[in-house]
Amino acid sequence: MKTLDSVISAEFDVERLREDFPILKQKIYGKPLVYLDNAATAQKPRAVIDSVVKFYKEDCANIHRGVHELSQRSTAEYEKARVRSQRFLNARSRGEIIFVRGATEGINLVAASWGRKNVKQGDEIIISALEHHSNIVPWQILCEEKGAKLRVIPMNDRGELLLEEYEKLLGPRARMVAIGHVSNALGTINPVRQMIEMAHRSGALALVDGAQAAPHQKIDVQALGADFYTFSGHKVFGPTGTGVLYGRAELLDAMPPYQGGGDMIRTVTFEKTTYNDVPHKFEAGTPHIAGGIGLGVALDYVMRVGLDKIAAYEHELLAYATSVLSDVPGLRIIGTAREKAAVVSFVMEGIHPHDIGTVLDRQGIAVRTGHHCAQPVMDWFHIPATTRASLAFYNTTAEIDALAAGIQKVREVFA
Amino acid sequence: MVDDLYQETIIDHSKRPRNCYAMVDANRRAEGYNPLCGDKLKLYLKVENDVVADASFVGSGCAISTASASLMTESLKGKTREEALMLLDRFHELLTTDTAASGELGKLVVFCGVRDYPARVKCATLAWHTLKSALNDTGELVSTE
Repeated sequence: MKTLDSVISAEFDVERLREDFPILKQKIYGKPLVYLDNAATAQKPRAVIDSVVKFYKEDCANIHRGVHELSQRSTAEYEKARVRSQRFLNARSRGEIIFVRGATEGINLVAASWGRKNVKQGDEIIISALEHHSNIVPWQILCEEKGAKLRVIPMNDRGELLLEEYEKLLGPRARMVAIGHVSNALGTINPVRQMIEMAHRSGALALVDGAQAAPHQKIDVQALGADFYTFSGHKVFGPTGTGVLYGRAELLDAMPPYQGGGDMIRTVTFEKTTYNDVPHKFEAGTPHIAGGIGLGVALDYVMRVGLDKIAAYEHELLAYATSVLSDVPGLRIIGTAREKAAVVSFVMEGIHPHDIGTVLDRQGIAVRTGHHCAQPVMDWFHIPATTRASLAFYNTTAEIDALAAGIQKVREVFA
Repeated sequence: MVDDLYQETIIDHSKRPRNCYAMVDANRRAEGYNPLCGDKLKLYLKVENDVVADASFVGSGCAISTASASLMTESLKGKTREEALMLLDRFHELLTTDTAASGELGKLVVFCGVRDYPARVKCATLAWHTLKSALNDTGELVSTE
């Protein structure tokens, strides 16, 4: 982490930070790579890549059972990642940190375990119009199974949730409010603290899908009052196939297991099985050990860079991108919430997002085109798809200029 | 370069698609939908004595899928069912193999650039797979994703 220590200064030295990301140096079709698809997955710093390689080269063994040296090393590193995750979220204890494959599994775990036990016929689950499919479908499955109702908080034309409508949805049958912290399709930052408070006042629990928030701002689950909070490792500069589900200890203790298998048990006979304590009760089978270790290193990395600094820098970058793109004739930004994370989703008159994406790709610019796994959001705006540029702290204003030049090329091709 | 993909004829047909209307007296219909892209089209055929007498479409999509549907409807008229299916095969070869373009393709050779953009093959072939469904009268919703 020597490279990192040297960059921790009052200045946000983006060029020095870029040095930590080997992938950013390459050229695509002869042009410098401009990676603006960070909401899909973020690139990995060398420290993360090295930690995964080191695990396989030097420490590889299964965790939690071996008495031998390698097993003890891998267990220690894996559990260190849990403590780093606890610090990252400001959870009260390490037992509140469950390792999952990603935010999708985090939500599925809560729907399957807490939901099956606690949701009854006629109960209501509240989600929002902004949700990613992963925070819609698990609840739909649960509601279908239980005869419960899925209610949806509507939004306005800027892509902001209507809190007065939310208030009306919070009836006596509301059991769970499951909302995204930041919208992946539009970038809207939802007032989750206030929304959780409102949920609690009506007796409902609250789960926050933090997949798009964790890479961009400091998360404090205690300050938020969240009952559950989940995020994906690969979007926070960690390996794919990793993630964290935070749950309040008393809720986790009362929840039945999610999957059965090794590591989640205390004793097994054919007559009766007793379960391990949290978090292990929810972690059946050998996990993605190398990935978990890499995730811990990634979280350590962003905490060292400083999430407040990252948020401030990205705020400036977003303002710059918004102003540059707003000047393009025929371009309309979709999602103009007053509180917004570093995502610019847009459509261009008469040009389909896939054609925009292809032309930009040939300029070395990686953006996402499509419905961003948020079809209801697209339906609301009566569009089939958008082009989305999503930023990370290693992006620069020069890259925004490259995007603008790329869009100019798009306009020429389709003039 | 990207202009190899977006040749003039493709841009022209995407902006001013031909045969773009709902045919009231069609006797074969099929729908194609690629949900990831959002490309959607309805294809209408009038088949008389095993010959495609008329073809039209309505829909929305990217330049490649729209131009492909437009040029396809133009090239179908007067073809027998068998000839139309053969043309589909030739078109598919053009997009996915390195073989020289078949003479039967006519104007459709403008799509030769698509083979360098594997992610876009599904856009160019949506109308054609919808054609197959219409000719076979399967009534299935077609997708090439």
